[in-house]
Amino acid sequence: MKILVGLKRVVDYTVRVQVKPDGSGVAIDGAKMSVNPFDEIALEEALRLREAGKASEVVVVSIGVAACMQQIDTGLAMGANRGILVKTEGAIQPLTAARVFAKLCAKEQPDLVILGKQAIDDDANQTAQMLAALLDQPQATFASKVEVDGNVARVTREVDAGLETLEVDLPAVLSVDLRLNTPRFIKLPDIMKAKSKPRETIELASLGIESGDHLATTQHAPPPKRQKGVIVKDVPELIAALKAKGLL
Amino acid sequence: MSKILIIAEHLNGQLNPSTAKCVSCASKITGASIDIAVLAADPAAVAAQAAQIAGVARVRTLANAANAHALAVVYAPQVLAIAGEYTHVFGPSTTFGKDLMPRIAAKLGVSQVSDVMAVVDAHTFQRPIYAGNAIVTVKAPAGRTVVATVRTASFAAASGGGSAVIEAVAMDVPLPTHTRFVSLQQGGGDRPDLQTARVVVSGGRALGSAENFQLIYDFADKLKAGVGASRAAVDSGYAPNDLQVGQTGKIIAPELYIAIGISGAIQHLTGIKDAGTIVAINKDAEAPIFEVADIGLVADLTKAVPELMAAL
Repeated sequence: MKILVGLKRVVDYTVRVQVKPDGSGVAIDGAKMSVNPFDEIALEEALRLREAGKASEVVVVSIGVAACMQQIDTGLAMGANRGILVKTEGAIQPLTAARVFAKLCAKEQPDLVILGKQAIDDDANQTAQMLAALLDQPQATFASKVEVDGNVARVTREVDAGLETLEVDLPAVLSVDLRLNTPRFIKLPDIMKAKSKPRETIELASLGIESGDHLATTQHAPPPKRQKGVIVKDVPELIAALKAKGLL
Repeated sequence: MSKILIIAEHLNGQLNPSTAKCVSCASKITGASIDIAVLAADPAAVAAQAAQIAGVARVRTLANAANAHALAVVYAPQVLAIAGEYTHVFGPSTTFGKDLMPRIAAKLGVSQVSDVMAVVDAHTFQRPIYAGNAIVTVKAPAGRTVVATVRTASFAAASGGGSAVIEAVAMDVPLPTHTRFVSLQQGGGDRPDLQTARVVVSGGRALGSAENFQLIYDFADKLKAGVGASRAAVDSGYAPNDLQVGQTGKIIAPELYIAIGISGAIQHLTGIKDAGTIVAINKDAEAPIFEVADIGLVADLTKAVPELMAAL
């Protein structure tokens, strides 16, 4: 079984992103870049399936600028077998990403595609669902548990009402949630070992896909600020303050 | 003129309030006519509830035994069969809508606008990125269907008292069988639902253990409140994951939010910034939660919360 995993290059989650004063975008030049945290969880799950003998190959894919090869490097150091960089300048939107993955799936024929449920930059939460739609495959989103048995995956999903379990025939597309696993740390020997792993670069333009970047962003604004409130000194004061607001 | 289709979210014969919030969002588009689609094995009860939402023109029912559970792969082809009649297709930005709507958008070959916070015009919307650290205005192309999910915390539910026409849609589209429902393990019990509760009491890492988290449940029950948790508390195993409030959990807007032992990471704050009043109890006076709290109390929660409960 082959598993394809997407690794998006995003501003590291520890960076506090701010809007540029002129509203033209966010100030992220020079910010620390990392693999989207959900994508690391996706990769960890793929590696565990391989280690459990359920999968034979894990291929990591990143789409973006040449520097996305750093995220491929991270994926290979974590343990993926090979990497594919689909190179393009500038940001792409989820529909384009899904079309790129669909193109790669046609070529690679993976049994599972595992993606993060959302990227922490655009917070769109779309690519896995869109890919499943384009491939006419099952989708199991927001996975917190994945069990593969032959040609079927049993996936527990984190939904608002609680935990939903689905059974999907493979091939299928999964998106993963936070509680699925804790990604492994990379050790130095892993980085050395990864140096010789195969890396392929494909120009996005050469894939012949129609752009799905339909949304034009016309303005960036900082979020509306809440006014700082009052500090009360004890519980009776807190109760009085709540009563004054008519909340108790 | 805009013709908007909203996909109803429901469970066990009850319409989810997220649907009325989508109606509220859709009604911000000038001159829009709004229909609701109810997909279910037996849609009658849910359709009757949907028909009462003010501002809805028609409720269209799609009855099919395969709709017994809200599977995105099963819903999508049915929605697509009628989507061509509409300029906009909206769903709530709940796990239901987040699962379903991109599948519809991709099949229509359009981008999706996720988490609409505000409507500027029929094709222009505001939405949050970077955990709400920036709000972008995005414009969807004219002449294509707009597919969007509605950030429910940004809109009050449309009022009741409506009387929309209920029409059954006869449909014969092939539905996939490659995805099968196995089970739903519901959390919560009798407590008010976190996403719709008027009051929410939330606990953080400072609770220290699952046993200590019981204090949050007890306090919530005293106030008849919903229960939430920070990601730190959930990751530490103090509370189940469906209680998580924040960027990657639930975005809520209760009238009163009481944060107990929560430091207030930006990812958490993004989930509560539409709350009416935020109360924070934390022993660390420097905790970022106090930057957004309307009422703050610097105190040890193990003393303050029991004292508060005794006084109520």
